[in-house]
Amino acid sequence: MFLPNTQAREAKRKALIQAVKQELPNLERVIGWGEGFSPIHARPLVVKTEADAEGLIWGGRCVHNLVTYLTGYPDRHVGVVVKGCDSRTLVQLMQEGLVDREKVTVFGMPCDGVVDLAKIKRRVDLDRIEAVEFSEDQVQLIHDGGRETVLGYEEAAARKCLSCQYPNPLEFDHLIGKPKEPFGDPARLYERVEAFEKMSLAERFAFWQAEMRRCIRCYACRNACPLCVCRDQCVAESREPHWLTQETGVEQKWMFQMIHAMHLAGRCTECGECERACPMDIPVQLLKQKIAQDIKELFDYESGVDPAAVPPLSTFQVDEDNIEEREW
Amino acid sequence: MRIVAFLCNWCSYGGADTAGVARFSQPTDLRIIRMPCSGRVDPLFILKAFLGGADGVLVSGCHPRDCHYTAGNYYARRRLEVLKRFLPILGMDPARFEYTWVSASEGQKWRQVVTTFTQTIHDLGRAPELDPEARAQFCAVIGKPLGKGSEDNTPTPEGPA
Repeated sequence: MFLPNTQAREAKRKALIQAVKQELPNLERVIGWGEGFSPIHARPLVVKTEADAEGLIWGGRCVHNLVTYLTGYPDRHVGVVVKGCDSRTLVQLMQEGLVDREKVTVFGMPCDGVVDLAKIKRRVDLDRIEAVEFSEDQVQLIHDGGRETVLGYEEAAARKCLSCQYPNPLEFDHLIGKPKEPFGDPARLYERVEAFEKMSLAERFAFWQAEMRRCIRCYACRNACPLCVCRDQCVAESREPHWLTQETGVEQKWMFQMIHAMHLAGRCTECGECERACPMDIPVQLLKQKIAQDIKELFDYESGVDPAAVPPLSTFQVDEDNIEEREW
Repeated sequence: MRIVAFLCNWCSYGGADTAGVARFSQPTDLRIIRMPCSGRVDPLFILKAFLGGADGVLVSGCHPRDCHYTAGNYYARRRLEVLKRFLPILGMDPARFEYTWVSASEGQKWRQVVTTFTQTIHDLGRAPELDPEARAQFCAVIGKPLGKGSEDNTPTPEGPA
């Protein structure tokens, strides 16, 4: 359920600004969300001064997973504003020793769900939106010179919100507002994977052939991914080992998506940033969701929940519970 | 058929050698790549092999509790199981990929594994072509169709046991 444009939201925003201002003297910067270039877009906002902090916003437009930025500041004490789902990524990075919790101040926002711009884009031209009004179960969009379109929660919310089990940050120093009851339906977690699996193998193969052919290899999926921490050492651009060539064929593009999915096996917290960032709207998150589902089934493990847990592919049992040896 | 096999140096490669020394007759479709350990097999090697046109991929290492490096095959087992479950979402038949354990003394078992796996792949036929357009373009450039490859190979499971 979205957080309506009401005093309650403004109060939460003020509380966030207050908390950020209070911590700012100890921090090199704080990363939050600010106004974007249109009423529906928010964008990451780097707060360095008290005046910057006034630009922070909160609500259903705060789609970005800002934890992505943390690995870029390994030696500085920074602050970050997180939703419940973003905090799972933070936990995962802590678990892998990629983020030093001592050096991060976390402002946690219990979340009411965020929008999916790809869904809205199919109904309304995003560049022509003039005003956005959130209410609990719908988004009202004013666009194209006063025309009005109303989208229900289901039509406007990000897919991860529909099955969300973690609206409250798992890791925080300041919690802004009261914790919420999980409102997502856990049965819908792998809804899309299950729907996809209704297709035959040949249909799936043809689907990916067509989808991957559209890829423009911009690597936005990788750059947006908070767990893609190799930066300049990414194998996609390395010559040694030479995993990918500069050829434009579908196999290079598809191979990259497989690399991304396999490198996230047992780590991906399903924040959906890869797919959100994709300018071609290729459903790349589907691959990662499938692996997350397998990992859950095989090892009863959910990533980004427990900072002390060992990732399932970095450990083993001598006798595996759920892996059966095949006879010949 | 193009079948790629990743064998660990210490057990399965030895097992394949034992099968050869014992003069077991085996299907000839396999291209063996020797690895230091099944734990060295990155699941991406297998995916890369499939995208490169392999019709089947087989990974074989030491039996659990027998790894030369103590634990490599345990890690491999987890990764490879995840990969096997991942293949269907890509539209690739999971039967085209198999992993197993063969020790250096199990020449007979190696023969059994190779024969069974090769037969499975022959029954499945060629893997779907990834990029027919690129193939057509390439053929246009070289001015002739690409060679038939080894599609006509049939496994020869019979031989002295």
